[in-house]
Amino acid sequence: MIRTGVSKTRTIAVALAASAGLTLPALAQQKWEPSKPVTLVIPAGTGGGADQMARFIQGVVQKHNLMKQPLIVINKAGGAGAEGFLEMKASANDPHKITITLSNLFTTPLGTGSPFNWKDMKPVAMLALDQFVLWTNSEKPYKTTKDYVDAVKAGDDRSFKMGGTGSKQEDQIVTAAIEQQTGGKKFTYVPYAGGGQVAVQLVGNHVDSTVNNPIEAVGQWRAGQLRPLCIFDGQRSTYTAKVTEKEAWSDIPTCKESGLPVEYQMLRGIFTTKNTKPEQVAFYVDLLKKVMATPDWKEFMEKGAFNQTFMTGPDFEKWLTNAEALHSDLMKNAGFLATQ
Amino acid sequence: MDELNALFGGFAVALSAYHILLMVIGITLGVVIGVLPGLGGANGVAILLPLTFTMPPTSAIILLTSIYWGALFGGAITSILFNIPGEPWSVATTFDGHPMAQNGKADEALVGAFTASFVGAIFAVCLITFLAPVVAKFALKFGPAEFFAVQFLTFASFIGMGRGSPFKTIASMCLGFALASVGLDGVTGTLRMTFGQDELLNGFKFLVAVIGLFGIGEILCSMEDGLKFNGAAAKLRMDAVIRTWKQLPRMWLTFLRSCIVGCWMGITPGGATPASFMGYGIAKRLSKRGDNFGKGELEGVVAPETAAHAAGTAALLPMLTLGIPGSPTAAVLLGGLLIWGLQPGPLLFVEQKDFVWGLIASMYLGNVVGLIMVLTCVPFFAAILRVPFSIIAPAIVFVCAIGAFTVNNAMFDVWMMLVFGVLGYLFNKLRYPLPPLVLALVLGDQAESSFRQAMLVSQGNVGVFWSNWLCGGIMTLGLVMAFWPALQALRAKLSSNHAVARAA
Repeated sequence: MIRTGVSKTRTIAVALAASAGLTLPALAQQKWEPSKPVTLVIPAGTGGGADQMARFIQGVVQKHNLMKQPLIVINKAGGAGAEGFLEMKASANDPHKITITLSNLFTTPLGTGSPFNWKDMKPVAMLALDQFVLWTNSEKPYKTTKDYVDAVKAGDDRSFKMGGTGSKQEDQIVTAAIEQQTGGKKFTYVPYAGGGQVAVQLVGNHVDSTVNNPIEAVGQWRAGQLRPLCIFDGQRSTYTAKVTEKEAWSDIPTCKESGLPVEYQMLRGIFTTKNTKPEQVAFYVDLLKKVMATPDWKEFMEKGAFNQTFMTGPDFEKWLTNAEALHSDLMKNAGFLATQ
Repeated sequence: MDELNALFGGFAVALSAYHILLMVIGITLGVVIGVLPGLGGANGVAILLPLTFTMPPTSAIILLTSIYWGALFGGAITSILFNIPGEPWSVATTFDGHPMAQNGKADEALVGAFTASFVGAIFAVCLITFLAPVVAKFALKFGPAEFFAVQFLTFASFIGMGRGSPFKTIASMCLGFALASVGLDGVTGTLRMTFGQDELLNGFKFLVAVIGLFGIGEILCSMEDGLKFNGAAAKLRMDAVIRTWKQLPRMWLTFLRSCIVGCWMGITPGGATPASFMGYGIAKRLSKRGDNFGKGELEGVVAPETAAHAAGTAALLPMLTLGIPGSPTAAVLLGGLLIWGLQPGPLLFVEQKDFVWGLIASMYLGNVVGLIMVLTCVPFFAAILRVPFSIIAPAIVFVCAIGAFTVNNAMFDVWMMLVFGVLGYLFNKLRYPLPPLVLALVLGDQAESSFRQAMLVSQGNVGVFWSNWLCGGIMTLGLVMAFWPALQALRAKLSSNHAVARAA
């Protein structure tokens, strides 16, 4: 349901060209560089998707010597990430702080009532969009999305169990969106602490389906334990290399083409603090472009089947405004708002 | 025999001068990390993870797992010497380790703890070597109901451990549960008991509470007792290792029980902390010297240390075979695997043979190297107690404050640590037991979410806990453990009644 507004075919190559050829002359005149270590705040716990990406960025920056000052990574996961975002809000005048986001940028203030908004920070760049895939256990007879949705429709209300990470966050939002298409039959949503655990609970048949991110379930898919039914994106994935013996990410049909018109993707973006000046933002944009130009990053993107959409400036802000409205609608419809 | 061949192949990979050097560096760093409270193994590994991106994956994981072993060893040192658990899993080590130090037997306690750690780890590595595929399948059977059953068993094996009034134990445990429930409620996704305070979003972190309750509380008590460490005057003798090892063989049953408990908790994945508590609880219940536990019994050091180290090692198994971390440190290592270009999961053992067997071989070697290193240093560690109190106490408070700060990078936690310190002192004076509070704080929210997940799945039917043999068996065992003291008291009463009746 979240449209990116930018062609999915735009890839790293374009970003590369932009960084190499089109560096704005105005910015080049007034170069800013961090004068002390830069802190990268992760509004999530250790080991999760945002944490992995943040530490990966830290590793790439260090390995290729992309910044003179060190990049320090800290986790501030309290209150579904509110702790990290509130810290960013409180240090509005410190340009040496950046944060990486996940969907809790929108869902946490809506779901818990924590007083912050993405507008309390300055958007730097969208790095990628993380995909969601509908998975079932491969022992189960559901070969296609239609088989599964029909089974949910035919079963008793709440008899099918959907496992997911956290409560009133992205996984449950996707689940609520699917429930709009199942003829009034709801899932029993079971919240777990982390994506890896969710995938294993599905292998052990403790839940009937999940909407794990690709990287969380790819190991079990390759081992033939899980079956991907459809991907919650507008187009199929662009990764055509074989992941299992027979299939590639691009072989997974979109949910829309399988008769389940639900689209959802999760923002992996970088923000800095509110009063950061344009030349300071430009430094971070430039740094991220350098990170994204490395082969390490390319490999990381492919492994997690990320949708590589890069955005900065007004494009990104427009995307954020739309995404916020969409989350607000989705959560309102599902009854997840804090005030309810 | 395939495993043995593969293992020797692994030794060939791990036994290079470069890798041994990495192990020594890793273990030294790990011991330092383990000694500093707050800077846990997970943080230590996370900080060093980016440094390893330029290394080949096998070397990188050897360095990082060595830090992990070092932290497991190191956590015991401060627990025994100063009653400050450097790591959550060393809390149970303080129960008998610190009294031993106060009795002048700090060196024996240290040797016992290190040896026990080593035995636990080697037992778990053997399990990984030969049973990995079977065990991995077993872990899949664990759903929410099974997890709750295991947590229930941990609590149950702990009830009746307190020496004083059972009501004080319950009061202490309930306070722990109340503190554990502050913060985000994972099941409904809403905030609880934060009263609009941003500082409370994170809840009360176990480490902050433990550093305060044990560390600061202990210093307050020592100040009252006359500004010195008990047991400091003990003579330093260099034969501690031999002296202690002579006592260990008779504890073989405790070793075995703790190994099994530890492996079980590591795989399921309960983690090293509950394993250490459960190991201690079971040993106290079943050992002949159980009544002496808490006064400075070597067996009371051995039991939790063996279980913690077995669990910490076994926790790497679900990480490798299933892609789920069995501990916070394993979670960070898991991120490392992905970054090095390895996909953890069922195929890792098939596709990355060199890596997996290199890692397993390095587990054997890393623990051997670690044991030799820490045992050589025992006299130095024990000598720390001879430093005058007026010098070392401020240093401890300082290190504790840094530790508390590191947990969340928040000044608020340092103040909380001091509050917990006063609470720990009061608990001590009023003879309320601290362990139940700590156990409830560390396991409370996990047990709560497992219970509520199970209730969601069963749509509110409590029968789900007896829905299969595995879960039902653990729950029944838990109930027996919980009511064991009551049952024993009843039996004693009945038999004395018999005696009275016969006499009459």
